[in-house]
Amino acid sequence: MMPHDFKSYLSQQQALSNEQRLIKPLQYLSNSGELLQDNARAKDKELLIQGYRWMNLTRAFDQKAVALQRTGIIGTYPSSLGQEAIAVACGMALEKEDAFVPYYRDHGTLLVRGHLMEHLLLYWGGDERGSAYTAKEGSAIDMPICVPIATQASHAVGIASALKIQQKPHAVLCTLGDGASSKGDFLEALNLAGSWHLPVVFVINNNQWAISVPRHVQSGAPTLAQKGLAAAIPSIQVDGNDFIATYDVISEALSRARQRKGPMLIEAISYRLSDHTTADDASRYREQEEVDTAWKNEPIKRLQHYIYNQGYWNKDLETNLQNECQLQLEKSVHAYQKIAAEQPEAMFDYLYETWPSNFDDQVTACSEKFLRNRDGGVL
Amino acid sequence: MNSTTVKDPRKTGVDEAIELDLCLLEAINLALANAMEKDERVVLLGEDIGRNGGVFRATEGLQSRFGVTRVMDTPLAETTIAGAAVGMAVAGLKPIAEIQFMGFIYATLEHVICHAARMRNRTRGRLTCPLVIRAPFGGGIHAPEHHSESVEALFAHIPGLRVVIPSSPARAYGLLLAAIESPDPVIFLEPKRLYRAEKFSLVDDGKALPLDRCFTLREGSDLTLISWGACIKECVSVVDKIKDEVSIELIDLATVKPIDFATIEASIKKTGRCVIVHEAAKTCGIGAEIAAHIAEYLMPHCKAPVKRLTGFDTVMPYFRNEQYYMISEVDIADAIKVTMKGSF
Repeated sequence: MMPHDFKSYLSQQQALSNEQRLIKPLQYLSNSGELLQDNARAKDKELLIQGYRWMNLTRAFDQKAVALQRTGIIGTYPSSLGQEAIAVACGMALEKEDAFVPYYRDHGTLLVRGHLMEHLLLYWGGDERGSAYTAKEGSAIDMPICVPIATQASHAVGIASALKIQQKPHAVLCTLGDGASSKGDFLEALNLAGSWHLPVVFVINNNQWAISVPRHVQSGAPTLAQKGLAAAIPSIQVDGNDFIATYDVISEALSRARQRKGPMLIEAISYRLSDHTTADDASRYREQEEVDTAWKNEPIKRLQHYIYNQGYWNKDLETNLQNECQLQLEKSVHAYQKIAAEQPEAMFDYLYETWPSNFDDQVTACSEKFLRNRDGGVL
Repeated sequence: MNSTTVKDPRKTGVDEAIELDLCLLEAINLALANAMEKDERVVLLGEDIGRNGGVFRATEGLQSRFGVTRVMDTPLAETTIAGAAVGMAVAGLKPIAEIQFMGFIYATLEHVICHAARMRNRTRGRLTCPLVIRAPFGGGIHAPEHHSESVEALFAHIPGLRVVIPSSPARAYGLLLAAIESPDPVIFLEPKRLYRAEKFSLVDDGKALPLDRCFTLREGSDLTLISWGACIKECVSVVDKIKDEVSIELIDLATVKPIDFATIEASIKKTGRCVIVHEAAKTCGIGAEIAAHIAEYLMPHCKAPVKRLTGFDTVMPYFRNEQYYMISEVDIADAIKVTMKGSF
């Protein structure tokens, strides 16, 4: 029956949309680590142990990086504390030849993808060579860490188009934060991905805070996932602190993309337990109580509880793992500190394949400046 | 329009060099076809470039010839056009993106400046961004607001970019091929007032022109006249009309970034006088860069102050008063007279 007036039409439409567009997060493990619903991944001992190890290594790296910033050994660093499940699930779900298009808080994914810790430290230590990945680190078209918010989403659809044109059977995984979901680049990228049916998966790491702006200020939409629906992209929410569920949905989404079944959007719900970066003080804008509550849902303890209960893990394995992490960190920090800075003239070397001839004077001036200012120089 | 020649696949390509009579727009179409024929990594993307052939018809016939996979109509989203081009270039394609008018190019800036121009540097050469962004620019065609700007200086300021502006069909053809071959990103600005202005003979030999060289269009000994883009048309006309009174060396800058200062320096050392003509606003325009270079390195050779004849520091007026912004032959002749009389 057609409604008689616009008011009743509108309320009918709203009721319909609310019903259709409410996306509920998928969760297999309860916040305390009990299995809520049976799933093949929950019985995959190797997968869970591997995931648990990477998550621990990521957290150890994170703690170390923050400490290194505090002592001036690296620069500003964005911790991923509390979001290890999302990063590690991304890394483990990716295949070598897929393209990873990260934002800047994906240390865990990069580690799983074979990136050397000393190279991550090199990047955050202010050295471009940190993004000069070797053949063992990710795929040949893995993008470097992207600082301008959400711009990587546009690159991801470009890479996905290229893979389609080149008829390569790989997929693109693009990560972004909840803040980035407000930017036009992301929405335009969703639009293109839907229109061109591109092999790309977007994962929003919704850690509830974009520096000091909370999720509810970021958007009036009840879920960020539903932003994909208008682009005709299958869009879901997952508990991003549940490693099993997060790995499951990202793997499935990537294999769909590889089979040319189109793009997907995954909103992974988590919480930023740290400050935004080492230059931030989150106590200025959020209550400790909220952070304390969030600690109860953090991903590592949850998976630990489950794998102990399943008999996949024990205290000895745990002690060995923590020791291994520390050992690897020590080695990597040592390796990082042994890498000398580039010569200052390197700033000219990679702007163009061959530098324009009018660079010559400036390169000479740069060398002279270096000599003049070395050791403080003389006025 | 010699469209049958442009569309015929047998008549483009490196194997045969055929002399054609083409306007600048047709030369662009021919260069695109030539590059796509030679290299399957070359793809086109933009608004209305497919079946419609672009609003100016620069890509006419290319989608039917090379298919929808290589000539892609995008959604109406300039940010995505630039950003997707970055992704495509990184992944091994050679994308050529069309921005319909330079007035709509601002939405692309974050991708051009923060990513295309930096990808090689950021990854220490691991990833590169060999893309071309084409856009028609400049005024004088009675277009609506935002359809007449000349903001080449915005891009010339950015390290890592090349900015190229042709001013004849042959240079449009050769420079566009060079831009496509370039391993680094190129902003390729097409003087739309010249798109169909005149036909010139052009050899379809698939040969690229250098991307860091000026073109000396007329040799002379009294004064160096430097310009680029559509203003070249009036400059050529003036130089030829007054050639018996003043011997002018006319230089088409062509590559706005990097600038070929060697050619300019040699010319100034010979003439000692310089007039720079550009349609873009005066302040921080490319003319300022050239004048500053002359002031910094060539003062002992100068017989008179450098003269900049440019657009005003205003928004391009809507077209009823456009003519009072545009640079005329009379303005150019006047600037030449003033500079010929000038001294220190």
